[in-house]
Amino acid sequence: MDYSDKVMDHFMHPRNVGEIKDADGIGEMGNAKCGDIMKLYITIEDGIITDAKFKTFGCGAAIATSSMVTELVIGKTLDEATKISNKAVADALGGLPPVKMHCSLLAADALRRAIYDYKNKNGLPVDDCDECETCCHDHHDIVEE
Amino acid sequence: MTDRIYLDHAATTAVRKEVFDYMLPFFTEHFGNPMSVHSFGRETKKYLEAARETIANCIGAEPREIMFTSSGTEADNWAIKGVLKGQSKKGKHIITSQIEHHAVLHTLEQLEQQGYEVTYLPVDREGFVDPDELKKAIRKDTILVSIMHANNEIGAIQPIDELGLICKENGIIFHVDAVQSAGVLPIDLKHLPVDLLSLSAHKFYGPKGAGALFVRKGTRIESMISGGGQERGLRGGTHNHVAIIGMGKALELAVLEMEENNKRISKLRDQLIDGLFERIPEIRLNGPRGDKRLPNNVNVSIKYIEGEGMLLHLDMLGIAASSGSACTSGSLDPSHVLLAIGLTHEIAHGSLRLSLGRENTEADVKKVLEVLPEIVKNLRSMSPLYEG
Ligand SMILES: Cc1ncc(COP(=O)(O)O)c(C=O)c1O
Repeated sequence: MDYSDKVMDHFMHPRNVGEIKDADGIGEMGNAKCGDIMKLYITIEDGIITDAKFKTFGCGAAIATSSMVTELVIGKTLDEATKISNKAVADALGGLPPVKMHCSLLAADALRRAIYDYKNKNGLPVDDCDECETCCHDHHDIVEE
Repeated sequence: MTDRIYLDHAATTAVRKEVFDYMLPFFTEHFGNPMSVHSFGRETKKYLEAARETIANCIGAEPREIMFTSSGTEADNWAIKGVLKGQSKKGKHIITSQIEHHAVLHTLEQLEQQGYEVTYLPVDREGFVDPDELKKAIRKDTILVSIMHANNEIGAIQPIDELGLICKENGIIFHVDAVQSAGVLPIDLKHLPVDLLSLSAHKFYGPKGAGALFVRKGTRIESMISGGGQERGLRGGTHNHVAIIGMGKALELAVLEMEENNKRISKLRDQLIDGLFERIPEIRLNGPRGDKRLPNNVNVSIKYIEGEGMLLHLDMLGIAASSGSACTSGSLDPSHVLLAIGLTHEIAHGSLRLSLGRENTEADVKKVLEVLPEIVKNLRSMSPLYEG
């Protein structure tokens, strides 16, 4: 697999691995059948994401995109974070091989889900498609808990 | 990296030195076209035919039963597509197994679109085809059975003698893909009831670009590649004589050293399997144990993690392996072989194949046993499925 140096760096040395106890929002995407699951935890203070951690079962690209998305969101407002697209995640990694682009969907969607989870829990307004990009085109089955 | 460790011999092998040296003069000095009448051509032809004879001797065949091809894939395609016309009066039903190589499976899928009917025999948990299942699947209009000798992913060695006998009793052509077994397991076509058998040089330390199809005398096969009169007019195209001559040498050496090599390599295989089981909790072996497994094949599934991650970590340490996870195949589905032996998708995604070869040593095994448990621990600590 031809991964960029940036992807390999994030794969070999993933940032922000772990869980956040009492996270304000948790987003889980993917399923084991497809070969990748990402669980993203975020802490929110005054509308700003102050911490993010992840756990991922998946290939090199899935782990690297998970790591990258945590780096991208920390310090962002909820609005800014919601706008982080899968392309932005892939671009920040110096690109992904075409067959691995779905891994970047996973990370961006887990982020949207985590934000949705936070808004939902706190009675904030949510749009239907705030939740995730892929529920609109059904790329991965969503694990319901 | 100077001391890389290659553990992907099921994918391909390096041309061994003796074979390489043997091939060299045929690039520049003995370059004649074996179909030419002049001395250049005659010279090449002599060696080409010697290679045919060597290969025939190695598998208990007659030289005229050996047809040269460009690869194992071509041999599989030819064997299957080539016999259909001769059987057209009888029917359009073909039997194979669920664990064949894509060279066979995709060929058959193509035929299904052309109106052929294919039965895919299941395998048991270890990866064996049950001869009784074959008996049950045979119909009046069955024209061909294609079952591999040894599986490339999990190393299961099929009972081809028994399966062949059933085909013979029922007057059905039997094709065997022996790409993984040639040079590793004894093949004696004098006694094996097999009509067609595929070989590929690059799996037994020969060069890429040469394969062969054994076609038993009396088996009617149609030409797939039209051209000059090569291979008795059945397979056109100027011979890749350098590679073919290398294939002959490589198979000769592999067969000569078979017993000794297998003894050594199967010992390494078992050390590797036992060592992994001792060091990694929640691991399973895919494929059988013991004599019914290719001496060079190790395939394990490691729970809670995905195969590509392991491959990348191993690769960073200079260790080459392979996996049946979807992420390494470019599709969303893991290996059809692992699913056929009853693994869940989740477990199949966490598979790792280590295939040993001539140049591997105990030190290589030791190194893998040293680094892999750490890699697994690291990836598991990142996995949301693992409650460590
Ligand atoms: C069982 C089996 N059949 C066929 C092939 C295809 O052979 P080749 O690479 O020579 O086309 C392979 C090699 O990958 C194989 O393992």
